[in-house]
Amino acid sequence: MDFEFSEDQQAVLDAVREFCEEELKPKAEETDASGEFPWENLRKMAELDLFGIPVSEEYGGLGMDFLTWAAVGMEISQACTTTGAVFGAHMLAQYPLMLFGTEEQKRKYLTPLATGEKIGAFGLTEPGAGSDAGNVRTSAVLQDGYYVLNGSKIFITNAGPAEIYIVIGNLRPDRGARGMTAFIFETGYEGFTIGKNEKKMAFPSLPNRELIFQDAKTPAENVLAGEKRGFRVAMQTLDVGRIGMGIGAVGVAEAALKHALSYAKERVQFGQPISAFQAIQVKLADMATEIECARLLCLQAAWLKDTGKPFEKQAAMAKLFASEVAMRTTTQAVQVLGGYGYTKEFPVERLMREAKLFEIVEGTSEIQRLVIANHILK
Amino acid sequence: MKIVVCIKQVPATTNVRIDPETNALIREGVESQVNPFDENALEAALQVKDGYDGECQVIALTMGPPQAEAALRDAVAMGCDDAILLTDGAFRGADTLATSYTLAQAIRRIGDVDLVLCGKQAIDGDTAQVGPGVAEHLGVPQITFAIELSLEGRKITAKRMLEDSFEVVECRMPAVVTVVKQINDPRRASMKNVLKARKREITRWTAEDIDADPDRIGFQGSPTVVWKVFAPEGRKGGRKLEGEVGDVVHALADEILEIRKGLSTA
Repeated sequence: MDFEFSEDQQAVLDAVREFCEEELKPKAEETDASGEFPWENLRKMAELDLFGIPVSEEYGGLGMDFLTWAAVGMEISQACTTTGAVFGAHMLAQYPLMLFGTEEQKRKYLTPLATGEKIGAFGLTEPGAGSDAGNVRTSAVLQDGYYVLNGSKIFITNAGPAEIYIVIGNLRPDRGARGMTAFIFETGYEGFTIGKNEKKMAFPSLPNRELIFQDAKTPAENVLAGEKRGFRVAMQTLDVGRIGMGIGAVGVAEAALKHALSYAKERVQFGQPISAFQAIQVKLADMATEIECARLLCLQAAWLKDTGKPFEKQAAMAKLFASEVAMRTTTQAVQVLGGYGYTKEFPVERLMREAKLFEIVEGTSEIQRLVIANHILK
Repeated sequence: MKIVVCIKQVPATTNVRIDPETNALIREGVESQVNPFDENALEAALQVKDGYDGECQVIALTMGPPQAEAALRDAVAMGCDDAILLTDGAFRGADTLATSYTLAQAIRRIGDVDLVLCGKQAIDGDTAQVGPGVAEHLGVPQITFAIELSLEGRKITAKRMLEDSFEVVECRMPAVVTVVKQINDPRRASMKNVLKARKREITRWTAEDIDADPDRIGFQGSPTVVWKVFAPEGRKGGRKLEGEVGDVVHALADEILEIRKGLSTA
C-alpha cells in the first residue's frame, strides 16, 4: 500500500497548487459575486492542459489518470469553488465520450473538450426525472438521418457556455430506462435552445440552465454507445461524476477549514486567540479529520477506477461522505467565526450555502445511501 | 541566435534563516524555486525566441548542487531548448566573483552566444553582482536593470529602470542584460511541458568540462569573506494622527518643523 503520489503526479500538483494560489484564489470572491461564467480562469486552465488530465494524448489529453484529475480538482475547488464546479461538470461530458465514443466522435468531440477549447455539459435531469433517472421523457425519433428530440432538461450545469452536450433522450418514453439513448448535441443545432438560468441559493456564476428540444435535430452518427444504451451511459457517467462532486465538496470543506484556522489564530477573546480554547480546538480537529477521510475516500475511488477495479460503491461513499463533511465543516466554520461568520464580510457563509449543493446534486445523499446499500446487500 | 539564461535555485521563502555559526543560509527543510528575477529573464529570452524570425535557441544555465537540476527542469518546462548544470565539488563556496567566472567559462564552452540574460539579482544573496561579473569575464557590454528590451539585427536597445529615472541605452551583441521584475509576467508551464521536462536529460558539466582555472572557482577563487550576517531590526509601526483634518495638518506640520529643528542642530 502506497499513499505517495508519483513524481509526475507531484510535479503536476505542485504546479497546479501554485496556479490556484496565485491566479484562482485571489479572485474567488469576485468570481462568485460577478454572476459571470469564469472564462478567464478556464482559459488559463486550458493553457495549462488541465481539462484533459485522464484523456489520452491522442485526443489532446495529458494521458494521466483519474487520481491526478481528482487531486487537481480538489486544489481548484479549494481555491475557487465555482471554477471547481465547472471543472467537475466538464468531465460529465468527456467521460461518456472516453468510454463509449467512436473514433470519429472522440476526434470531433472529446479532443476539444480535453484541450479545453470547448466546455462540455451533460443533460440527464428532467422535471420528472431526478432521483428517478430512468424516467426520461425527452422523446427521440430517427428521421431522415437525424434523431429528432422533443422535451426539456433542467438544472444542467455549464449549459449556455458549453458547446458540446451529452443528452439522454428516450426512443421509447413509455418503456422508461429501456428506451433511453445518449446523443451528442452541439450549440446551434436546429431546434436546440438553452432556457432560463436558475436563481440558486449559491453559485450565481455557475450556470444551471434548461435545455429545450423542439424538434431538435442531431445527425444519426451522434448517437453515443448505440440506441437504447442511454441508461447505462448515464449510470456509468454518474459513477465518475460522483467522484467529481466528492472532490468539489472536499474543496469547499478545505476552504472553510482554512478560513476557520486563520480566524481562530487571530481573533482574541478573554485575552488570547480563540484557537487557544479547547472548545474551538475540538471543532477544528474534527473538521480536519473529517476532511482527511473525505479526501482519502475520493482518491481511493479514483484509484480503483484507474486500476480497473469496481469503484461504484466507493464513488457513492465518497460523494455521500464528502458532501456531508462539506456541510458540517462549513457550518462549524461559520460557528468558529461567530457573528462575523454570519456576515458577508467573510466567505464562510458563502461556503456553507455552497456546501448544500453537494448533498443534492448528482444523486442526493439519500440516493447515494441506496446505491451503497445495494452494493453491500448483494 | 543563441541566448543563455543564467538562473539560480533559491529557497522558496522570503524569510531566509541564517546559521549563526557559519553565517551561511539554512537550506534544510526549505523548498527551492527558481529565483523570481531569473524567471523574468527566462521569459524575456522566450519572448525574443517567440518573436524571432529564424532559428533561436534558449539555453538555461545554472551552477549548483545536483538538486539544482530541478530549477533547470522548470526552465525547460517554460520552453527552454536546453539546460546545463554546472556541478562539481570544486565549485562549492563560490562568491560572486568565482560564480560569474564559472558561468562565463561555461558560456565560452557553449560558444557563439549572442545574448546572456540574468535576473537583476537573486533573492537570497541580493548582491546583483553575478550578471555584471559574467559580462566582465566575457569582455562584452552589459546592460543592467532592463525593464524593456528589443533587438534589431545585432543591436540591443534597453530601457533601464534606475532609482529615480529611466535610461535608454543601446549596445551591440554579444552582451549581457539583467532584467527587473517589471519587464514581463513569466509564463506558466503547461502540464504537458512539465511532464516532458521531467524526462529530459540535463547536461552536466564539471570544472574540467569548462576548462576552469582551479584557483578561480569555489572557495579557492572567492576573495569575499562574510564577516557577520544579521537580521535587521524590525521596523516599528508609524504613528497615526487622528482628529479633524485641520488639526491633523497643523499637528503634522509642527512635527515636521520639530524634526527639522532636530536635524539642523545635529
